[in-house]
Parts: sequence; C-alpha cells; structure tokens
Amino acid sequence: MEALLSNLALGFSVAFTPEALMYCLIGCLLGTLIGVLPGIGPVATIAMLLPATFTLAPELSLIMLAGIYYGAQYGGSTTAILVNIPGESSSVVTALDGYQMARQGKAGTALGIAALGSFFAGCVATLLLAAAAPPLAQLAFKFGPAEYFSLMTLGLIAAVVLAHGSVIKAIGMILLGLLLGLVGTDVNSGMARFNFSIPELSDGIGFVAVAMGVFGFAEIIKNLEQGEEREIFVNKVGRLLPSMQDMKEAFPAVLRGTGLGSLLGILPGGGAVLASFSAYTLEKKIAKDSSQFGKGDIRGVAAPESANNAAAQTSFIPLLTLGIPPNPVMALMVGAMIIQGIQPGPQVMSEKPQLFWGMIVSMWIGNLMLVILNLPLIGMWIKLLTVPYRLLYPAILVFCCIGVYSLSNSPFDVVITAGFGLVGYLFLKLDCEPAPLLLGFILGPMMEENLRRAMLLSRGDAMTFVTRPLSATLLAIALLLLVVIMLPAIRKKREEAFVEE
Amino acid sequence: MQLRNPKDFWSGVMFAAIGFAFAIIVKVYEYPMGTASRMGPGYFPFVLGNALGVLGLVILLKAFLTDGERVSKLAWRPILWILGAVVVFGLTVKLIGLALAIIVLVLISAFGGHEFKLKEQLIAGVVLSISSIAVFVYGLKLPFPIWPSFFG
Repeated sequence: MEALLSNLALGFSVAFTPEALMYCLIGCLLGTLIGVLPGIGPVATIAMLLPATFTLAPELSLIMLAGIYYGAQYGGSTTAILVNIPGESSSVVTALDGYQMARQGKAGTALGIAALGSFFAGCVATLLLAAAAPPLAQLAFKFGPAEYFSLMTLGLIAAVVLAHGSVIKAIGMILLGLLLGLVGTDVNSGMARFNFSIPELSDGIGFVAVAMGVFGFAEIIKNLEQGEEREIFVNKVGRLLPSMQDMKEAFPAVLRGTGLGSLLGILPGGGAVLASFSAYTLEKKIAKDSSQFGKGDIRGVAAPESANNAAAQTSFIPLLTLGIPPNPVMALMVGAMIIQGIQPGPQVMSEKPQLFWGMIVSMWIGNLMLVILNLPLIGMWIKLLTVPYRLLYPAILVFCCIGVYSLSNSPFDVVITAGFGLVGYLFLKLDCEPAPLLLGFILGPMMEENLRRAMLLSRGDAMTFVTRPLSATLLAIALLLLVVIMLPAIRKKREEAFVEE
Repeated sequence: MQLRNPKDFWSGVMFAAIGFAFAIIVKVYEYPMGTASRMGPGYFPFVLGNALGVLGLVILLKAFLTDGERVSKLAWRPILWILGAVVVFGLTVKLIGLALAIIVLVLISAFGGHEFKLKEQLIAGVVLSISSIAVFVYGLKLPFPIWPSFFG
C-alpha cells in the first residue's frame, strides 16, 4: 500500500508538469475528435502521429498517445447518441439505446451518463492498473523464453477466440501476420529474408505502413463505396446532469460494465470493442425487465460506455508488465516505445519508474479532463459532425501521407502503405478481420526469437514447452480456449455476442 | 461439387497462395533451415508458411460444403483514385514540395468520392496545405521541402 502511494506520488510529479498536462490534453482532445468522427479510429490516428512523436520525450509521447485511445472512447459515444452511427466501433451498442434516448429528448442525460460512467470506469481501471502491474511484472521476471513463447501463443489464440467472424479465418490472419512480421533481416544470422533484393525491405515492412494501410486507407475506400448518409438528430440536448432517479438506475450498470470491461481489457484480443458488446449483452440478460432495451434504457448506455473505457485502460496491463500487446492499439504503443528506445516488458517499471507511473497517473488526469471538458464542448463536437465526408477523407489522407512519408523520408513507405490499403480492402471484402493480422505481425519476430532460444536451451527438445510448469499452464489454457470455442453451443453464443439487434 | 461459399473460397485461395509462396521462397532462395536446437533463418517461416498454406486449403475446401455469402463487387473507383493519389504524393513530394503535393493529393483523391466540386476541393486543399505546413513543418519540425525544388 505504501509502495503504491509513493509510486503514485512519483507519477503525479511527472504527470503534473505543465508540459505533461499539455500533451495529455492534446491527446485527449485528439482522441475525442477522432472518436466523434466516424470513419477514423484510434489505430489509424496513432499510426499517423507516431512519426510526430520522435522528437518528444518518451513520457510525453506515450502520455499523448494513450490519451488518444481512451479519449476516443469518450468521443465515440457522442456520435452514437446524437447521430445513431457509432463514431468508434466500441460505441456500436451505445447507439441502440443512446439514440432512442436522444429521440425522447433525453440526449443530455445519455451524454451525461456516458461521460460519468466512463469517468468512474476510468478511475477504477487506472487504480487496478496501478495495483496489478507490480505483482504481474514480478511474475514476468520468472519467465524464460519457453514461457514467453507459450504466452504469445496463448495471446494469439485468445485473439482468435475473441475476434468476431470465422475462427479458422482468424487463425489464417494470425499466421499471415506472423509471416509478414518475419520479412527483413533475421536477428540471429543477419541474413535478409523475403526482401527480394529491395534494400528498404531488409529492415522489414514498416509496422505503421501495415496499420495505416489496413485500418486507415481500406476504411476510407469502404466508406466511399457505401455512400454518404448522415442525419443529425439534435433539436435539444437537454440537461446534461442525470437526475437522481437516472443515477440510481444506471449506477449498478456502471459497476457491472466497469468490472466486465476491466477484465476483458486485460485479455489478449479483447479491448474496448468486445467489452462494450459483452457489457450490453450482460445487462440485457440480467435485467428484470429487459423490454425497454433498444428503446432508450439508460442502462444500455451506462454499461457499455463504462465497459469500453475500463477496457481501454486495463489493456495497458499486459503491455506494461509483459511487453505483449493485447490489441492493435497496444501493438502501436509497442512501436512508439521502441521508437523511443524502450523495450516494452517487465523491466520498464523498475528501470523507468517515472515513465511507468507518470503514464498511469496521466490516465487518471486525462479522464478527469475529458469529463470536465467534453460536456461543455459537446456543441463544438456536434458542429464537427456536420462536416461532410467528402471534405473529411482528403484531410485524413493528407495526415496519413505526411505521417508515413516522414517515417523514413522516402516514397517507399508510402507506396507500401497504399499496397496494404488495397490488401486491407480485400480483407474487408472477404470478411477476414485485420486485427489478428496486426497482432501476429508485431509478435512474429518476438515469437521466433523466443522459440529459437527455448529450443537452444532445451537442446532441440520441444517437450520443454510442456515440462516447464508455467509454460505448460499457459499452453493448456490456450488449448482449452480452442476446444471451448469449437463446441457448438459456445460457438452460437459467441456469434450472438457480436450481433447487434 | 458446387462452390457454396465464395467469400471463404477466395480467402482460402489467398491464404494458400501466400502461405506456400513463403515456404517456396525459403527453398528457392536456400535460407538455411538449421536444426531444431539451432534453427536457421529458414526454419520458422518454412513451418509457418506451410501451416498457412494447409489452412488455406482447408478453408478453400470447406467453401464447397457450407453456404456463405458472395463477394460483393469491388469499388474500383475509390480504390484507384484514393490509392493513386497516395502513390503520386509519395513519389512527387520531394520534387514539388509539400505545399503543392497536398493540393494535388486532395484533388486526385476527390475523384474517388461521389461528387466532385472543383472549387470546394481546391479550397479544402489550400486550407489543408497551409495548416499542415504550419503544424508539421513549423510546429513538429518534420523535414519536408515546402516549395518545388526547381524553384531553387
């Protein structure tokens, strides 16, 4: 407890400097902005801004990038409630009841409860992060290469289980990602692989290029294909502060959403999207009277909005303690840390405590800023929604291009990104989910490295993965997950969880 | 046998082709395989490539057994204009400078949309150009040339 307090004190000393506060604010505002705007998500935005963070101090750059992620969770709800389209994929379910509330003239209440619920969830999840991270990092120090390999296997399997759509195709996307991640120079032998004598490829395919192509460009093409329809429904936002009655009704839902979201955020492959879907489903299941869901039930807004913010926060736990990203946004954070010369892993906490605790405290400050700033700024966000997409997407393209180009100041990355834009669009067409690919891409080289080391230590005996207890446990969980997901009954449930009604 | 799930079929084809391609490249370029205890650079990709290839074949065959959706038509118009605009930007920005390259990017990409309004897009391009240069070149100090190189 005392250690926790002194750690948090250290965090405050870092996060409360004017500079840190400013970058936290920039991150939160940017996050809200892209959260509000449909068609651009945190993955593309963080990818786009990575080059711009080269020159910042590591703390500042991570504080800002983290702000974008959780800020997007706040912003996404605004669009969902007022326009009935999710600004962010994690707000899909919020639109169901939120928009109905808006139509009944309770837009303000819905926005208010979404913000307050998110704030509550953010505080709890931040505390959880601060409390859970040190023991987990201690555990991680016991990990050898075999354990790391098994842990990554578990992570990838979990990503498959939690991804929507076909399981077998998700496994394919993971393998594809792993393979793409291996392009470039092999660290052990120094041999360039799959580079076809193109000098730029011997450093590997740029992670930002893949992320931006698949999540940024592909998304734009898809949006343009669908045509533009947007109807803003706000004749009156109404009072923002929910009444006592509303609070009483929503509070248990906020609690449940926070709990579920915190848990799902930690799981690999989880994150904000899954959390909000699950929280909504849970609320509907346990409600005594579920007839109002879909017709403007306040619980249908409170639970998923709390859940997605909690999950956005706790998904930092595996990244900061194990060095393993549980979702594409965290994979980008790995990229950001490596750019700054920090190897993500359990040693970050002991070697760079100011960075670690500063970031955690900044998340709490950021949540506070979001709740204070966003409610009064809602009018401005609504104005933004009236910007037509035909003006919006060129702007997104411009920022993307500048971002990719400045990675290495060469046309090569830009062309590669365009290529991945096409590939990403084809993935969407074929219902192949890109998130597992990105995870595989990041984990590919790490997995190979740990596999090789583990096999070297065991003198080529693959049994090392099952004879070491920790590694065996991790693999057993992975296997169990795979078996469970194949069971017909669970399979049906899983499909249900992702269906919007 | 009838193809019943075109989306899965083509996904399978894609996975199989890419997976086996990786495995074949390992063999053709003779990346050393090494042994299980001392894996060479070819080992892991060879195993993964074959795994993906086999998985692709399974998906491909399953497409004959279960029903699924057809692949909807590709939207060539946005694909070509959007990605084309991006490639043109990448290739020309060093030569024509950021100010002009952004305007060109906006104008080309506008053809990918549903309606093209020259005046509106031109204004958007100029505004974006000025604000991007202010933020990225002056603010964040990214090393972009602003003006065309042939202007000196």
